[in-house]
Amino acid sequence: MIRLQDVTVAYGNRVILDHINLDIRDGETLTILGASGSGKSTILRLIIGLQRPTDGKILINGEDITVYQEKQLDEVRMHMGMVFQYSALFDSMTVGENVAFGLRQRTHKSEEEIQRIVWEKLHLVGLDDSMAMLPNNLSGGMKKRVSLARAIAMDPEIILYDEPTAGLDPLRCMDINRLILSMQRHFGVTSVVVTHDMTSAFYISDRLALLQDGRFRLVAPREEFKNTDDREVQRFIHGGEFPEEGRKAT
Amino acid sequence: MQDVLEKIGRFTLHIFEQVGVLAVLFVRTLRQLPKIQVKNTIIQMAHLGVDSLPIVSLTLLFAGMVMTLQIVDILMRYGAQSTLGGVMSIAMGRELGPILTGVVVAGRVGAAMTAEIGTMKVTEQIDALRCMAVDPVAYLVVPRFVACVVMVPFLAFYGYLIGTGGGYAVATLGAGLTHFTYVNSIELFTTVSDVVYGMIKSMFFGGIIALIACHEGMNAQSGAEGVGQATTRSVVTSIIFIFICNYLLSIILY
Repeated sequence: MIRLQDVTVAYGNRVILDHINLDIRDGETLTILGASGSGKSTILRLIIGLQRPTDGKILINGEDITVYQEKQLDEVRMHMGMVFQYSALFDSMTVGENVAFGLRQRTHKSEEEIQRIVWEKLHLVGLDDSMAMLPNNLSGGMKKRVSLARAIAMDPEIILYDEPTAGLDPLRCMDINRLILSMQRHFGVTSVVVTHDMTSAFYISDRLALLQDGRFRLVAPREEFKNTDDREVQRFIHGGEFPEEGRKAT
Repeated sequence: MQDVLEKIGRFTLHIFEQVGVLAVLFVRTLRQLPKIQVKNTIIQMAHLGVDSLPIVSLTLLFAGMVMTLQIVDILMRYGAQSTLGGVMSIAMGRELGPILTGVVVAGRVGAAMTAEIGTMKVTEQIDALRCMAVDPVAYLVVPRFVACVVMVPFLAFYGYLIGTGGGYAVATLGAGLTHFTYVNSIELFTTVSDVVYGMIKSMFFGGIIALIACHEGMNAQSGAEGVGQATTRSVVTSIIFIFICNYLLSIILY
């Protein structure tokens, strides 16, 4: 269980997150929506301890990680994985070495076992034949899938996705969506997704949250979110226009 | 006048600020030293040492040659040409070898380190390391720090040999000194400490280069421009610190 309790993030006078509260239940997929620069990615960085809040608590399984030292945070991070917006693959390493990196650095597994896990994770994302390739030779979609394979290499309980479908064509987007769903269904992981892609958000989410002006405007299960009467939420879902208004205009 | 004083004040504050920041990074690096990654460190050593040989050779060879060219006439005027080998050897061992090697390594290796780590920073690769519970200081700084501290003194010693050799070539082929006069002068005037102290200074220069390069890289601002600015800052700051450190170490050692 992840709980954000009265969390504030401010840079000088500029308040990004203003006393927000959010509970993310074990095994659910929660998608955070919001305009660019609204602080969505900041929430992911707070959860994984890359950034500390100005005020408030972040509880992971009941423990407040905002007071943790870096070493304690590392223990928490061992149970998390993150898929970065631009994949953040180590470009001097092959695909296989990228996926094996955490296992080699943080576990005492034998090389054979590491190779087996790497193959298994790459097979899961459909890239087991690309193990020897360098990230620079991969397409955007392949990079995202390698990034996901790397994130799940340590079998995390929580996976954070920062814009997992950004910049991909609709078919590759659907591949990623299916992978996110399969992570939840097969491994029971808790997923927190930040995206602008509404199709993806409604496809993968159990609940959705809209961040606006530093606060959550609505946090609701998928159907409730989709059918809400809140005009601001509907405007965001439909890209600034209601469907009927759009049809009238055309 | 006030502007000039303000600029001097700002520069002095910047130097002290950098000293503080580097001291913190130095302590963090020492703490992570027991977890040193041997393979990664050897790769850095090869990159730093072997790949720097050509530029160090070229710089020190011509420095030795031109210095001999400049001073041999003056020494001959006073009948002191028999001291040329010693003068060259001491100058190369104590000052020119360490300083020129330090500057060359700062420009070549320090810049490359900052650009590499800076690119990792702006493409979120350093965040990815932290997400995988890997300390960026242990993984990125420690191998580079150790590689610089170990390899720069050897490069400086190599530079000393090349520089003194360059002087020998000009002295014997251009100025008409005999092999015996030049070599005997080296044996007569140079002590082991002249070369060893030069290597000790280089060790400090190596540490300074690595710490500044890694610090600037890890604090690079986003975008290609940010990495470029960090790289420039890294080279300039390294050279300034090498000169200051050289002066202080010369007071202490000699």
